[in-house]
Amino acid sequence: MTEQLKDGYQWPHRHLLGLEELSAQDIRFLLTTALGFEGVSTRSVKKVPALRGRVVVNLFFEDSTRTRASFHLAASRLSADVLEMAGKGSSVSKGETLIDTARNIEAMGVDVIVCRHHHSGAAAQLAGAVGCSVVNAGDGQHEHPTQGLLDMLTIAKRTGRTDGFDFAGLTVAIVGDIAHSRVARSNIYGLKKLGAHVILVGPSTLLPGAFADLDCELSHNLDEVLPRVDVLNMLRIQFERISGQAFPSVREYVTRFGLTAARLARAKPDVLVMHPGPMNRGVEIDSAVADGPNSAILEQVANGLCVRMAALFLVNGVQG
Amino acid sequence: MSRLTIINGRVIDPGSGLDEQTDLVLEGGKVASLGKVSKPDDAGENRVLDASGCIVCPGLIDVHVHLREPGQEEKETIATGAAAAVAGGFTSVCCMPNTSPALDDDARIEFVYRQAQRAGLANVYPIGAITRGRGGKELAEIALMAASGAVGFSDDGVGVASAGMMAKALTYIAMTGKVLMQHCEDPELGGGVMNAGALATRLGLAGWPRVAEELMIQRDVLLNRAQGSKARYHAQHLSSGGSVELLRKARSDQAGRATITAEVSPHHLLLTEESCATYDSNYKMNPPLRTRRDIDELIDGVKDGTITVLATDHAPHTAEDKQVEFAAAAYGIIGLECALPLYKKALIDSGAIDWPRLIEMMTVNGADLCNLTSKGRLSVGSDADVTVIDPDHTWTIDSNQFASRSRNCPFDGWSVTGRAITTIVGGEVKLALDPGRVRGGSGANVADSAQALLQPAAV
Repeated sequence: MTEQLKDGYQWPHRHLLGLEELSAQDIRFLLTTALGFEGVSTRSVKKVPALRGRVVVNLFFEDSTRTRASFHLAASRLSADVLEMAGKGSSVSKGETLIDTARNIEAMGVDVIVCRHHHSGAAAQLAGAVGCSVVNAGDGQHEHPTQGLLDMLTIAKRTGRTDGFDFAGLTVAIVGDIAHSRVARSNIYGLKKLGAHVILVGPSTLLPGAFADLDCELSHNLDEVLPRVDVLNMLRIQFERISGQAFPSVREYVTRFGLTAARLARAKPDVLVMHPGPMNRGVEIDSAVADGPNSAILEQVANGLCVRMAALFLVNGVQG
Repeated sequence: MSRLTIINGRVIDPGSGLDEQTDLVLEGGKVASLGKVSKPDDAGENRVLDASGCIVCPGLIDVHVHLREPGQEEKETIATGAAAAVAGGFTSVCCMPNTSPALDDDARIEFVYRQAQRAGLANVYPIGAITRGRGGKELAEIALMAASGAVGFSDDGVGVASAGMMAKALTYIAMTGKVLMQHCEDPELGGGVMNAGALATRLGLAGWPRVAEELMIQRDVLLNRAQGSKARYHAQHLSSGGSVELLRKARSDQAGRATITAEVSPHHLLLTEESCATYDSNYKMNPPLRTRRDIDELIDGVKDGTITVLATDHAPHTAEDKQVEFAAAAYGIIGLECALPLYKKALIDSGAIDWPRLIEMMTVNGADLCNLTSKGRLSVGSDADVTVIDPDHTWTIDSNQFASRSRNCPFDGWSVTGRAITTIVGGEVKLALDPGRVRGGSGANVADSAQALLQPAAV
């Protein structure tokens, strides 16, 4: 594995904070790197020495099971030492701030901080305050870059686009609670940069018009866009982030936006169905669809591992 | 009784329309005379201040500051806030009632006067709360506060949400002759942390749309009109260009012009939402920074007189309250010590207005708003509150040099032009940046005593 491509490209980012600030070349390079790490998981000895002697900290201020586990495993497979830390739930003005916490951790001689936080911008704030690398594992409603990357790797693998990661001609619908979704934002930036057409689908209360400025098509009618799409990324309704009433009832939402088997039958036969998890089965996606042949949901999880290995490996190679 | 003669300055007194090079004599805490003095008196205790090349104007008045006392003295006190005022050329400030506890009864109003008197720097006039505890549920003791010296009423920090409560507040406050100052933010539509729109969407931050401001202004204008335009209504810290248009219409007749006024802060004339892109909480304000188009419309509002007053919304916060995640950070910035050059930059350097208009909006208009009839003017007999401005003084804003207890200033490091070099309150020199201009006074070092007052540690 080398950080240099033939044309002299070198990965330039000490932090991975979002896909908005990455170039298409950066994204393609990271995904190619991830593909290279894929084999590690299938060997009998599931480890490479790429980050031997390095320390990666999982600093999570928000509940997470799969993202935390995925980063932990990714760091372990690169032979890094991994420290698990839970941050305080909310910031209080007189208590220890996010920055205090991060500086304390850094003082232990850490190379990479993986940060999950309930406030948008937290990872960026952290990156500005510490000397080590920061990987954003989800900040508020802002970005979740490794999720966006693993979604793109999944799409590329299933649609045979791993050669150049060129998504031209591909139509991806992201469905559901767009407004509160960091997954949607990271997917939008990444997919647009690789050339895909992105349709955002959801009720107007969860899909503000400002998203049109991100060069996406907006729709409030899933059935209308269904026949046109190659990929359906069904987002979780984040009941915990929605203040007030976003739609009249779950029943009404499911009727209009839930991915049922009947609805799937009207899509292209080879349409790819994805979900970032955890799923609300029977709300945004039916079990028959989630567990059916079009679903790539478990592949997403598997791809998450090598994407995170690539992310940790690349940021660690860039000195501050 | 010593006499201070200010000579050779460009004296601008917007209240009387005066703008000429002449001399001003202060004696006994009042303006004693205005006009050329043939032999300025520097004998004995009397002093002469040479204001050559400078503007001499009524002491600047800021009708919107937060001094945090009582309750949050770690951010600011009445003394440190008054020191900041004097350092910025302000001789009078009106402090908002969102203290802890809120300024919502007569004893607390008197407390502000007492603390200001102890500090002995700028005049500090309290604004009383409209509703008890600023809770929006029941009227505070408005008439008792008015009798104790509250110069206006506001629940600033929050708007009066209920239309019924607002109707009652307008009619009740009208009875006192004081002004109602509204923080224009519908609580259900506002409450976000930056301007609503594409950037907030990208950043994943909750938006605070213009309409939350505009809706409350429009509602209040309709309510006041429905009640016969008896109350004076002042819209605080405008941020939206749409608000300017609503107020322009509201002021299109005699009743509207007599009762409806508005203010704008330096940051809403110079900064845009783009500043929030790095999640720097020094750009988190309420109302939020908006766009270049809003700035242009606000400046148009200043130009055509729709916006009548310039006010800083000086909002001190500790580093601990600011250096947290953007959404969790406190709203607001400090403004007293850099407002003057920033207004000059936004309004004079842009060609929108000239010095007499700028001074009008920083002196007599605020005085009239708060019924301070002897302030904001230089006519003989007025209070001897005077600011001497060097319009060409170029300096770099350094918040570490501020007299304010707080440092939350996004303008830190800006190079600006124009500065108050002398601030005189009640005939006493409280700030003298250029002591070489003063002669007389029997050796008493005006500059040293004035500077000593501004040392934060001393107050």
